[in-house]
Amino acid sequence: MKSAYAVLLLTVALTAAAHGQTLRTAENAAAADKAVDAGGSIDVTWAPSPDELEAEVKVLGYEVWRARRPAGDYKKLADVEAGKESYNFTDEEAENGVEYFYKVRVRGEEMSTDTAPVGPAKATREWFHPNRLNMLIAAVLLSAFILYYISQARAGKVLFIRRIAGLEAVQEAVGRATEMGKPVLFVPGIADIDDIQTIAAVTILGRVATMVAEYDASLLVPCSRSLVMSTAQEVVKEAYLEAGRPDAYRRENISYLTDDQFGYVAGVDGIMVREKPAANFYLGTFYAESLILAETGHSIGAIQIAGTAMPSQLPFFIAACDYTLIGEELFAASAYLSREPRLLGSLVGQDWGKVVILISIILGVVTAFLAQFGVEIFGRSIALEQLFVVK
Amino acid sequence: MRREIPMIVAFVAGVIIILEFFVPTLRNVAGQLQKWYLVVVAFAILVGAFNLLRMNYMKVRGRRVDWPYSIVLIVGLFAMTIVGIGWGIGQGTVFDWLFNYLMFPMSSTMFALLAFFVASAAYRAFRARTVDATLLLVAAVIVMLGQVPIGSIWVPSWWPDSLVFLTPDWLKDRIMNIFNTAGQRAILIGASLGVVSTALRILLGIERSYLGEE
Repeated sequence: MKSAYAVLLLTVALTAAAHGQTLRTAENAAAADKAVDAGGSIDVTWAPSPDELEAEVKVLGYEVWRARRPAGDYKKLADVEAGKESYNFTDEEAENGVEYFYKVRVRGEEMSTDTAPVGPAKATREWFHPNRLNMLIAAVLLSAFILYYISQARAGKVLFIRRIAGLEAVQEAVGRATEMGKPVLFVPGIADIDDIQTIAAVTILGRVATMVAEYDASLLVPCSRSLVMSTAQEVVKEAYLEAGRPDAYRRENISYLTDDQFGYVAGVDGIMVREKPAANFYLGTFYAESLILAETGHSIGAIQIAGTAMPSQLPFFIAACDYTLIGEELFAASAYLSREPRLLGSLVGQDWGKVVILISIILGVVTAFLAQFGVEIFGRSIALEQLFVVK
Repeated sequence: MRREIPMIVAFVAGVIIILEFFVPTLRNVAGQLQKWYLVVVAFAILVGAFNLLRMNYMKVRGRRVDWPYSIVLIVGLFAMTIVGIGWGIGQGTVFDWLFNYLMFPMSSTMFALLAFFVASAAYRAFRARTVDATLLLVAAVIVMLGQVPIGSIWVPSWWPDSLVFLTPDWLKDRIMNIFNTAGQRAILIGASLGVVSTALRILLGIERSYLGEE
């Protein structure tokens, strides 16, 4: 009995020692150029060591090493923590066109094990994103439509633009404010100037400011971003100059309130309640503050014109404002208000882009429907949906 | 030159950012341009803070309507700046305490107003005076019933599967997933075309109202 017990103890001790001495390497290590990038990057990927998955030996983490030759002088690039199903490290310090070899080291409590060198891998730069060819074609086609109709407008062709009620009302709103001797309030959204909706809002502000200057009304523009404030100040100043009323420009009327969303709402609501503007414009990017602003404006009896391309906020504006510019109408507003033929030409080109998209949608639906029934051309499914996937 | 230089800058920067979507090699240049933008934004914050201070100082000096609130703002602006610079903004600092127990509750209070404004706006929008408003009212009632637990309580367990289309849950899903999604996508497609058109107008220098020119 004693000898059997001793044999058992010896077996356990030998097994433990054996496990302590070996640490299995990471699996499926590979190195390859990072796909579709500006160069200088190589992706190193590997699967966990079986010891990490089976938890027989504690794996603390992994290290990525790099050398110019398989048996060269390896330098450590990074430590990667254990605990993932698969691993990926991007070497962003590779030189383009140079061959590199990589090793992944599994780090245990007392020892570590390296994979065999993987490579060679070379970083290269790509000049074109092949998966975005569909987007490029669409962009070129749409631009061609727009440029064609701009040239048509330049040549003097009369173009039909549908009536947009919200924009027709701009003059009425400014006129009302003038008659009542109250200011016009213009809220350019809460996004910064790098947002295209803010840019659209600022271009409309230029048109509205010209009208305000001509009517001799006053204009208040509270901004939630300081860069928007600086831009708005310049735009309004130039608009007053254009209208021949530089003396009427009040820099202090275009002010910065705060970047904080609800702090800004509180500030604008305060201005509305104190100054009681007769016309409120809410144009640009809005989030949850849209309804708070529009309802406060409604409570003071102002005529309200809103416009945004945020689908989630449109219902609020439609419910609380007199006129709402929906999506594309916001971007068309500056051209529409200016009545400048070249700008109007771009709107017609945009409409033709819409026609192309409509045809594409119909074709996509029909081909996807036929593909459901196994209809094929040259042995391939005719579903067009993959043509429209953006990668 | 006062007009031409900003237009050239807008054109070059815009074209690089657009091309970067198709030409990966330009990624570094575009990234650099975006860093420059951040630098400009950082300086603009100072301009904004100075403007805010100046406006409120003038309001206090002129004893304009509600001027005492401007004192609160100036004191708050300096207090947060001094506390933030002097003792840091990490967890457990005075700045953190002021943010969590003053700033955050005040923002939440403003946000909470939304519930009341939704009710008042809904009351006006849902008055069934026209066919459109009636459709809106019916759709809204169905969606609201489908969204809340009480909407499905009245459907008894023995309700036949063949009549599932009469339950608020089923109707709500159809309204939201088919009609609402289709409408939202139409708006987004239109807006995207508008974005391309606006960008082209600005890049080509046709739209110049942002420079103050008709």
